[in-house]
Amino acid sequence: MKKLLEKLDSLDRRVIFVFIALSIAIPLLFPVNLKFSVTQPVQSFYDAIENLPPGSKVLVSCDYDPGSMPELYPMNIAVFHHLFSRNHKIITMQLWATGTLLVERAMTEVLSEFPDKKYGEDYVNLGFKEGREVVMVSMGTSIPRTFPTDYRGNKVETLPIMQGVNTFDDLALLMNISGGLPGTKEWVLQVQSRFHVKLGSGCTAVSAPEFYPYVQSGQLVGLLGGMKGAAEYEKLVKRPGSAARGMDAQSVSHIIVFLFIVIGNIAFFALKKTKKRLKV
Amino acid sequence: MWELLGIWVASLLTLCVFSFLYKDNPFYKFAEHLFVGISAGYGITLEYYNVFLPNLWRPLTQQGKLLLIVPFIFGILLFSRFFRRYSWLSRWPMALIIGIYAGITIVGYGSGDLILQINANLLPLWTGKWLESFNNIILTIGVITGLIYFSFSKEHKGAIGAGAKIGTWFLMISFGASFGYTVMSRMSLLIGRIYFLMAAWLGILQ
Repeated sequence: MKKLLEKLDSLDRRVIFVFIALSIAIPLLFPVNLKFSVTQPVQSFYDAIENLPPGSKVLVSCDYDPGSMPELYPMNIAVFHHLFSRNHKIITMQLWATGTLLVERAMTEVLSEFPDKKYGEDYVNLGFKEGREVVMVSMGTSIPRTFPTDYRGNKVETLPIMQGVNTFDDLALLMNISGGLPGTKEWVLQVQSRFHVKLGSGCTAVSAPEFYPYVQSGQLVGLLGGMKGAAEYEKLVKRPGSAARGMDAQSVSHIIVFLFIVIGNIAFFALKKTKKRLKV
Repeated sequence: MWELLGIWVASLLTLCVFSFLYKDNPFYKFAEHLFVGISAGYGITLEYYNVFLPNLWRPLTQQGKLLLIVPFIFGILLFSRFFRRYSWLSRWPMALIIGIYAGITIVGYGSGDLILQINANLLPLWTGKWLESFNNIILTIGVITGLIYFSFSKEHKGAIGAGAKIGTWFLMISFGASFGYTVMSRMSLLIGRIYFLMAAWLGILQ
């Protein structure tokens, strides 16, 4: 027994890596579709879009990069899909330079299901703008002046979708897909609190605990936290994607991490007790 | 053809990075250096075409917006840091940048974080619903004891010590939740990479 405990106590970390890799690869190969429920912040996020009158203009700021793609790209797809399915108009922009191509890719993927949607009328990509919080505050004064041209080089004021859109007051809702800084925190502090717009957020799981207080205070209308939040949202919009597919692997890998923590602690305390007894 | 090549390059570089889990090796070093180099190059090119040309150079040279010469000069002054003799000149644009950002963020933090979060924590302890009231009581105790833990002007003894101890428990639970979310986030990234390898590269997933 003591030998086994000592072995566990000094377990090579590479053994843990192998177990983690298997706990992800096997559920991906043989999915069992473990059930999961929809949490309130995700339901509120969904309801915020559902409750808008058709044809509402929604600003979606996609502030992420390929590093957080597994968590945020499924959200991005699901948000675009949900907005188009409710006949809303999408105005998208990016505060992260590397997010532009991801947004273009997400839009192309969603447009394959909505071939009648036209650029400039039903959606527009304003592109990337450097300046972080300064851009946000500047948009509160004038969106066309902050983004004189869109990603394709068109003059923003000539686009039908942008007619009547000058400040945040002219938008029904603001959605932020956030990979870090600048992201949801900055949108809450600089835009929601100043201009009192309705703001929803999809963020990485790492930053989710920081943003839940904003849901409780009503500063965010809803929150999608990490891959789990994305999977719940995919379930609500009835479009299972890569987030829902990853939930089996997520659950199994968490069980493995939990087991290793428990086994490690048992080995540690049992050995400590044995050493104490030997000393006496 | 190009897409296939891209998938192979991405997959092999992913494996090079994963090889670090076994031990440090030249494949990992190669991938790491390549990533840093490409990121820097890509970032500079992107900023040049998306920021410098449309926001400064074209308006200045083609549209005659001469006032933009001021940020242009301030921008150039930032590079004076490379020359010890003239490096003090970079303090002017730095002061401007820090001043603007401080001004903007202080207002945001004051109104968005401080006032509204304090307001959100002033909750009725009895709402007529048991569960909601229980939640509000727990939240209020957590806020008060957490604040007691961070007050250092009085020694943590007696009632204050007990409050600080309870505050520590609330903080520990909060750190545990954050750790759980961090694990979930990192697992998601790993799932994304393994999914890519199995689906796009090996073709064993749909």
